[in-house]
Amino acid sequence: MIKVVFFAALREQLDCHETSLTSADITTINQLKKALVALNPSWSKHFENKALLSAVNHDMVDGEYSIKSGDEVAFFPPVTGG
Amino acid sequence: MSDKLIKPLEISIQIADFSLAEEVALLEKDNAIDGAVVTFTGRVRNKNEGLRVSGLFLEHYPQMTERALAEIIETAKQRWNIGRVKVIHRIGQLNIGDQIVFVGVTSEHRQDAFAANEFIMDYLKVKAPFWKKELTEEGEKWLAARNADQDKAKQWN
Repeated sequence: MIKVVFFAALREQLDCHETSLTSADITTINQLKKALVALNPSWSKHFENKALLSAVNHDMVDGEYSIKSGDEVAFFPPVTGG
Repeated sequence: MSDKLIKPLEISIQIADFSLAEEVALLEKDNAIDGAVVTFTGRVRNKNEGLRVSGLFLEHYPQMTERALAEIIETAKQRWNIGRVKVIHRIGQLNIGDQIVFVGVTSEHRQDAFAANEFIMDYLKVKAPFWKKELTEEGEKWLAARNADQDKAKQWN
């Protein structure tokens, strides 16, 4: 099972903070995005945003990064702290 | 990066306000080696992109924020000869003029502390998972990331 969390504007757009997926076919961030959109077609436009960032187990990663069961994956907009 | 690198004393994510005087005192306490103490404090402004702002809400990604900040601090320590570091970032509801962020760095001579402080702040802006939602005269608005912040961080490459 892969735990997926969303933050800030993205969390509000999806109206979802946390979900989870179980699939042996999902091995990268990009595949996870596709699987999430397939399950929730209305999320499609929010995942087209190229600026969207992703993290695996609290480290920022890119779309080709490998993921596995037990990982925590996060999607969020560019950060604006400070 | 190993979680062991996260030193709680150097990083604080908190709702409560902080005292600049107390933070400086901690950076200086029993520290006779460092002649330089450089601090930066960020505050909530009353205006942004032409709109009046009455306050903001700060969201973060717990655990990843600490990890991202620890990594930034570690990089600064490798790059400059610095002594003590403290980074505080507030979360939750903040009002105009409230303190948001504090970065304090000490070093033997001023150049290292000046540079490391600016580096930590520049990287915090683009790497640490915090998001600001502003309350403006037109309603609530998530702040858009600024290209200028990305460019500023890239200058350290």
